Amino acid sequence: MAKTEQDLPLKAETRDFNFHYGAFHALKNVNLPVVEKRVTALIGPSGCGKSTLLRSFNRMHDLYPGNRYDGAIVFHPDNTNIVDPKVDPIEVRMRIGMVFQKPNPFPKSIYENVAYGLRVRGERSQSAIDGRVESALRGASLWNEVKDRLDKPATALSGGQQQRLCIARCLATDPELLLFDEPTSALDPIATSNIEELITELRERVTILIVTHNMQQAARVSDYTAYMYIGELVEYGVTDDLFMRPKKKETEDYITGRFG
Amino acid sequence: MNTQDLAAVRGIIQSNRRWDLFFAAAGLLALLVGVLAFVTLFGQMVMNGWERLNPEFFMSFPSRRAANAGILSAWVGSLLVMLVTAVSAVPLGVAAGVYLEEYAPKNLVTDIIEINVTNLAGVPSIVYGLLALGVFVYVFGFGQSILTAGLTLGLLILPVIIVATRESLRAIPVHVREGAYGCGATQWQVVRDHLVPYSTPGIMTGVIIGLSRAIGETAPIITIGALTFIAFLPPSPITDTAPFVNFDWLWSGFTVMPIQMFNWTSRPEEAFQQNAAAAGFILVFMTLMMNAIAIWLRYRLRKSISW
Ligand SMILES: Nc1ncnc2c1ncn2[C@@H]1O[C@H](COP(=O)(O)OP(=O)(O)OP(=O)(O)O)[C@@H](O)[C@H]1O
Ligand SMILES: [Mg+2]
Repeated sequence: MAKTEQDLPLKAETRDFNFHYGAFHALKNVNLPVVEKRVTALIGPSGCGKSTLLRSFNRMHDLYPGNRYDGAIVFHPDNTNIVDPKVDPIEVRMRIGMVFQKPNPFPKSIYENVAYGLRVRGERSQSAIDGRVESALRGASLWNEVKDRLDKPATALSGGQQQRLCIARCLATDPELLLFDEPTSALDPIATSNIEELITELRERVTILIVTHNMQQAARVSDYTAYMYIGELVEYGVTDDLFMRPKKKETEDYITGRFG
Repeated sequence: MNTQDLAAVRGIIQSNRRWDLFFAAAGLLALLVGVLAFVTLFGQMVMNGWERLNPEFFMSFPSRRAANAGILSAWVGSLLVMLVTAVSAVPLGVAAGVYLEEYAPKNLVTDIIEINVTNLAGVPSIVYGLLALGVFVYVFGFGQSILTAGLTLGLLILPVIIVATRESLRAIPVHVREGAYGCGATQWQVVRDHLVPYSTPGIMTGVIIGLSRAIGETAPIITIGALTFIAFLPPSPITDTAPFVNFDWLWSGFTVMPIQMFNWTSRPEEAFQQNAAAAGFILVFMTLMMNAIAIWLRYRLRKSISW
């Protein structure tokens, strides 16, 4: 993997981004670039604000009262500030897909799970939906396992399959950015390596931002890594550089503490 | 630990265990009070009314002669009143529950409304009867009809349905909800496509429990002035000419099972007591059946909705 490219186009970037849960200042002046068609990993100790940052990208915090965004998350190429209150969160979520820590298929059929994003967008044509469902399931490497039981409940799938189904659910609507919040932490090692492989494949077609607790995973799947600590972005860089030659002492401590 | 200590520990455990035994016995006794009371009452009703439980009893109108009297107008009345109750209370209760749980801003007004709804469930049913007499009978002019009775009982079980709706909504895991929003759904789409379908088992259970309470209610129905002696059936809801449905039955006078029972128990003749017992048995049986259906539904639907 060529990881030393410079001046690649950005898909998004946060600019002096701050976030408050009520009175609690959870993110402080975060400036994070997200390079287009690359995988960016967020690492850091528990409670440092990785999920908070990730969930800001699709305005999940809007669902709960008392939360506040300050600063900007600029989305390219149209330079929309997606945390601007004037920007409709629904529109943001239509452009940015999210895969959660715990697989969360709807208690509906496999087919309906993948089709849901299309239905929300008002797609009526059955043949169009059929086509998109199949290609999304293929994209998530799940098609061969489920093609004969598309009408069966999604909740009957294994954890790893459910997580790939959730990825397919996002892929069906061609998101510009895919957010993953510790997508493998509830999975066994084999399912985990399937998902990692899938992320590496998806990198060709979609920009990815992934939170992970597992530094080996960050090293394996990401092109860029950001290290966060208590609400701040401590260091950002090309993954290999950050892991081999961290510039900051804190980053080095964290990495060696785990790896050593 | 040496053997002596071990023996001491065993002794302590032994004496602690005695309380287990004591409570198990006391608890069983407490339980038996309830069970025995029900079994005795129910058993006595069955024994008293047994002879009257035949098809004619179901197919006859009340009569001055106990042996000819039946519960036809009562069970048809109960059925139609329950229909009105369900049709009025379910949409209102579900809508109110969804609004309170999902849409209402979290502020003082909402809190006050919540406290009100919770307390509504504890209002004595006769108060609903008075309210209905004033509002439905006099103000709206619905008369002493099936419509009035159905709406009154609908109000009575509204809090049950609201609470059931809210509880089932709350049982939907946050991550499933967020998954739906994450797909770009609006709040209404999330409610319509996910929240309401996933909470249907819980709502249905609440509806049936509400209805099984309503079917035995007597006080509010007497208050609005239901007739106690009815020897006719309301006009049929289904007709043989277009448009094949007819709503005249809504305005009809009626009686219901508990009122029929009440009427018979107030007669001096022994034979009428038999009729009352038989009607009581059927009423209890109907309630038990409804509860059984609620349990079955919950079991069936929960199986198809898991997270
Ligand atoms: N809903 C909330 N209300 C208030 N504070 C919150 C809320 N959610 C998270 N926090 C706080 O914000 C900080 C960041 O939390 P966040 O979930 O983003 O951490 P994280 O880096 O994802 O941790 P983990 O690795 O354990 O998932 C924590 O101190 C947490 O306690
Ligand atoms: Mg997290």
